[in-house]
Amino acid sequence: MLEARATILTKRSIKKSSKLAGIDIAIACMDLTTLEGKDSPGKVRSICARAISPAPGVRSVAAVCVYPTLVPECVRALEGSSVLVASVATAFPSGLSPLDVKLRETREAVAMGADEIDMVIDRGALLAGRETEVFAQIVAIKEACGQTTLKVILEAGELGSYATIRRACDIALAAGADFIKTSTGKIPISTTPGIALLMAESLRDHQRKTGRAAGLKLAGGIRTTKAALGYLSLIKETLGDAWLHPDRFRIGASSLLDDLLMQREKEITGSYSALAYVAQA
Amino acid sequence: MIQTKPAPAVPGFDYAPSPETTPVKVRDRYGLFIGGDWVAPKSGECFATINPATEEKLADVAFANAEDVDRAVEAARRAYDKYWRKMPGSERAKYVYRIGRALTERSREFAVLESMDGGKPIRESRDFDVPQAAAHFFYHAGWADKLEWAVQSPERIHSLGVVGAIVPWNFPLLIATWKIAPALACGNTIVLKPAETTPLTALLLAQVIQEADLPPGVVNVVTGDGRTGSALVEHNDTDKLSFTGSTEVGKMIRRSTAGTGKKLALELGGKAALIVYDDAPLDQVIEGIVSAIYFNQGHVCCAGSRLLLQEPIYEEIIERLHARIETLRLGNPLDKNTDIGAINSRMQRDRIVEMVNSGISEGAHLVQASCPLPERGYWYPASFFTNVQPTHRIAREEIFGPVLSIMTFRTADEAIERANNLPYGLSAGIWTASGQLGMYTAARMQAGVVWCNTFNQFDPSSPFGGYKESGFGREGGLAGLRDYLR
Repeated sequence: MLEARATILTKRSIKKSSKLAGIDIAIACMDLTTLEGKDSPGKVRSICARAISPAPGVRSVAAVCVYPTLVPECVRALEGSSVLVASVATAFPSGLSPLDVKLRETREAVAMGADEIDMVIDRGALLAGRETEVFAQIVAIKEACGQTTLKVILEAGELGSYATIRRACDIALAAGADFIKTSTGKIPISTTPGIALLMAESLRDHQRKTGRAAGLKLAGGIRTTKAALGYLSLIKETLGDAWLHPDRFRIGASSLLDDLLMQREKEITGSYSALAYVAQA
Repeated sequence: MIQTKPAPAVPGFDYAPSPETTPVKVRDRYGLFIGGDWVAPKSGECFATINPATEEKLADVAFANAEDVDRAVEAARRAYDKYWRKMPGSERAKYVYRIGRALTERSREFAVLESMDGGKPIRESRDFDVPQAAAHFFYHAGWADKLEWAVQSPERIHSLGVVGAIVPWNFPLLIATWKIAPALACGNTIVLKPAETTPLTALLLAQVIQEADLPPGVVNVVTGDGRTGSALVEHNDTDKLSFTGSTEVGKMIRRSTAGTGKKLALELGGKAALIVYDDAPLDQVIEGIVSAIYFNQGHVCCAGSRLLLQEPIYEEIIERLHARIETLRLGNPLDKNTDIGAINSRMQRDRIVEMVNSGISEGAHLVQASCPLPERGYWYPASFFTNVQPTHRIAREEIFGPVLSIMTFRTADEAIERANNLPYGLSAGIWTASGQLGMYTAARMQAGVVWCNTFNQFDPSSPFGGYKESGFGREGGLAGLRDYLR
């Protein structure tokens, strides 16, 4: 039933004014991401410039997401803009380092000016049944974050069943996650409609039980406007319109922005532009 | 969380209307399809079929009286003797396959017409009714030349002769194909009587069958009301009757055919129980309930219209279900984002209202989605009753609308007893995380279909049919195929 429902929600027919509004929401909620071993200050400056101004007349994205060592460059490049600096931390993407190392990495990223930390959970511990350890680590990282927003990456594609993913959602939310996030984007199965719906349901239940509204970040594998709009419908109908805002929703992506800009142009002018007309970073 | 920089405002996100735009040609007037031709009815009469979402007339359709039905049966008999009974299965298969292909190629047209004539959401006619209908032709095309493998003994692969088929208005095209496809594959010819309020897709199918060059008279379509149906039931030259519809009419048909030697299959009413144990995943349960009772506005014979909740989860399910029905999108059936379409007819809407009033006066508590209803057309909001007692009419009689009756139970045996304590037995749903408890319950359900942790799953290879007053005979799968052979 989960996947059947997710399919209906992600296949809503979004046309005309709704499509344009959806594209603008997707851009406003985007964490423009570069997470490669070859990332350099130059590359980060390019990404940041595009994040602030994706195209003439187009709003800024929500954040730029980088590795910790590139946070200072990112902070400089985004100064004066509304775009936030997000940094992965805690031995991204595996999470398999000692806790003190992960804590120090988190503190340093915060100290260098990161507005948001994207941590990974210890999937090995979770699958081995050490749930309290997973919970305690998130609590510790949250404390290290202080006032900085914490996004908790579950890496749902590694967890093996919807039941385990749901369990991971509940643990992360109980431990104080500001956002729960689908994936590192480094594995083949990152975000699917079923996973997104399951996580949205856990957020809805968390709010119903505790009154606290946490956010959802979908990362990995979302490359087309159609897919992005499908997820907006899924969130709208599961969590409500209040979640269609960068405070509560993010899409982590690198290439999606190209298609959003091309589709946006098409909605406004009636014709598609070639990719060569979209300025990339 | 604390934002260090203020987030800019974002636009609202509402769905703009998104009506299906595939053009469909509806003729002003339809004749009867008899002997491969469109003929004027001997009755000289016609009746209007209307769009229940707008109350506008779609077309005038011929009314077939006893004389017209006689002509159709005669054409079917002639086609049976002259062509169809002699044709090798491998040749019949080509025709059945061709109909399936044509249906697939014109699927969007069929879907739009089905939604216009019957009021169901285009998402359902497009994603369920039409693909399932095509699947039945493909499945049965495959059997046509392999019938000796379908039965235990090779001497049992004889066709029956002429089949009379009477279908209801809730799945007009799909249920017609449940009968046409196996009848043709097994070498029978057929006279189909579509429901009075929804004849158009059967008539489009007749057009497709004509274009597929089937020998004249193999499939005949006679449109009309209950009188046409009676004439077909009482005709003495049919070899089998297959009826899907109400238990009341099913009983009349059984009386009328007693002693005639005709084969009979009846797929009648239902009042299926959904049993939800307290260990079930609740979000999945909610979606299961929505599918069970709000699919096709509840106009489903196997609809799960009685919800039996284990006491510990009663309040939580009610709260979640209430929130969920508020998200159902009711409106234009042709809009691709519509979840709940129009009620099929004024008569059916009045019947739902009457049943709901009886529930209120017997003391049950009504909860309804608060969405506005369109001014024109026939509509009913997604609804459920709490505080229902097993003796209430709404707990025992089929409502055939988007109205669910909710009751509770304490133990598995009590749930099973309550579920079976009705004359009906078409389907049942069970929700539990325990495989053991699921199997225990399923084995004790007096129902033709039992779904565990899901609902409304259909496949041509899986037989469908009822226990007790929900009828007898099966449709689909080997069991359904054998009902068209002797």
